[in-house]
Amino acid sequence: MLIKRGNDISSSDITPEHVYFHRREFLRAAAAAGMAVALREAFPESLWAQERWPQGKRGPYDTDEKPNTYKEITTYNNFYEFGTDKADPAKNSSLFKTKPWTVRIEGEVKKPATYALEDLLKGKTIEDRVYRFRCVEGWSMVIPWRGFQLSELIKQVEPTSRAQYVAFETVYRPEEMVGQRRPYLTWPYVEGLRMDEAMHPLTLLVTGLYGRELPKQNGAPLRLIVPWKYGFKGIKSIVKIRFVEKEPPTTWNLASPDEYGFYSNVNPDVDHPRWSQKTERRIGEFLKRKTFPFNGYAEQVAHLYAGMDLRKYF
Amino acid sequence: MTRGDRIRYVYKPLVALLALLPLALLIWNFLHDNLSVNPLDDITDETGTWTLRFLVLTLAITPLRHLTGWTTVVLFRRMIGLFAFFYGTLHLFTYLYLDRFFAWADIVEDIGKRPFITAGMTAFLLMLPLAATSFDRMIRWMGGKRWKMLHRLAYGAGIAGVIHYLWLVKADTSRPLTYGAILLFLFGVRVYVFLKPRLLQKSSPARKEVPSA
Repeated sequence: MLIKRGNDISSSDITPEHVYFHRREFLRAAAAAGMAVALREAFPESLWAQERWPQGKRGPYDTDEKPNTYKEITTYNNFYEFGTDKADPAKNSSLFKTKPWTVRIEGEVKKPATYALEDLLKGKTIEDRVYRFRCVEGWSMVIPWRGFQLSELIKQVEPTSRAQYVAFETVYRPEEMVGQRRPYLTWPYVEGLRMDEAMHPLTLLVTGLYGRELPKQNGAPLRLIVPWKYGFKGIKSIVKIRFVEKEPPTTWNLASPDEYGFYSNVNPDVDHPRWSQKTERRIGEFLKRKTFPFNGYAEQVAHLYAGMDLRKYF
Repeated sequence: MTRGDRIRYVYKPLVALLALLPLALLIWNFLHDNLSVNPLDDITDETGTWTLRFLVLTLAITPLRHLTGWTTVVLFRRMIGLFAFFYGTLHLFTYLYLDRFFAWADIVEDIGKRPFITAGMTAFLLMLPLAATSFDRMIRWMGGKRWKMLHRLAYGAGIAGVIHYLWLVKADTSRPLTYGAILLFLFGVRVYVFLKPRLLQKSSPARKEVPSA
């Protein structure tokens, strides 16, 4: 298998000529840089991760829209395991232990096993992908994820012919996750995909963000991203992946079946019963934007739902 | 300075300043980038929450007087009620402008189609006549009894506000239900105060049994 590796030395790490020829100024500037380092210590993995991030389209699955800032992506989260306010996950997740981490693969597979996360990642093609992210609440972001295609893992564990769906489960640790101590949703959080959706090249298991390790508030250490579906389908902090014959239950569908369907594909023509899905507010923008079918990924995924009544299977 | 002067020139301005504090804080936080990365949502949430808080405060004043015998507090009821209307107006304009950009067709559709918006708009419309009749001259013109009847709409506004909040949250209903419970309690106090003397009258048998000579 071809394993793509990023350059160990990125171009920004090589001393540029103009810096080399002005070494003394450079030394003086270095004192100022000391300040920058101090700032970096105070705000780890924040601005600098984002500044080093290359802009623009990189691969066939990337959007060339401008990514949201690291701060935006890591301070405005829906992760009810840590509380229902958007700021709660960043505030309340410090006690959450993501190392060591194991993932159980079970059900209709030839190779059921419990993997240490490091072993699960072995041999996977880790890629950076810039995806649009649309929340069912009507806001959106552009996020540079790092991860690998779920299809790689599925091929590795060899599902049987009976496997029609993939079911996912979040870790259940109420002692570390304050939100799980209250029953506003049924815990643990569960999600699911149809096998063809799970095998689609856009579907990622995510381990990072902006080229860095995935922050806890974003679903560390392993989460799902399905960019043409509403954000809540992207289950976080996954500990179990089960291959099943029948459509598995999903948490928001259990909570409110007429509001959140199993498919939950982004669809401007099917309103949430309580609000319109025609437009969205891109975080950082003032005016609202139009929402596109399948979150703008129709060309890649619409064929998966050919002939289906998307009003019925919302 | 008489007691009336103190209330008029010291306590009332003080309460008004206090009531403006949430707005000042919101503006301060907005200008200093202290809100979340979705500030327009925060503005909607804050103005909405303060509308409900001031409504509950307004409705708490009469029960408070009944329970504690503290009568001065009634002098602040109208002002606090007007602040509920003030924050409600800000909340409504946040929706009309920042959320819908005055797209009236969409707004009308929203009001008809989205129950939580219908409830919110009902709450606002119920506050409207109360704010409009809050002048002394209006009270005299209407007559105290009719004015009082009209101002019972405040309860309707409170209930509509709680329903508006309840219908818009996704899963965690604890906050709207807390406001609902407070309203229920306040209403309970009023019912108790209304019924108590009547019940006492009926249950005191002495009068009936002793024939009047």
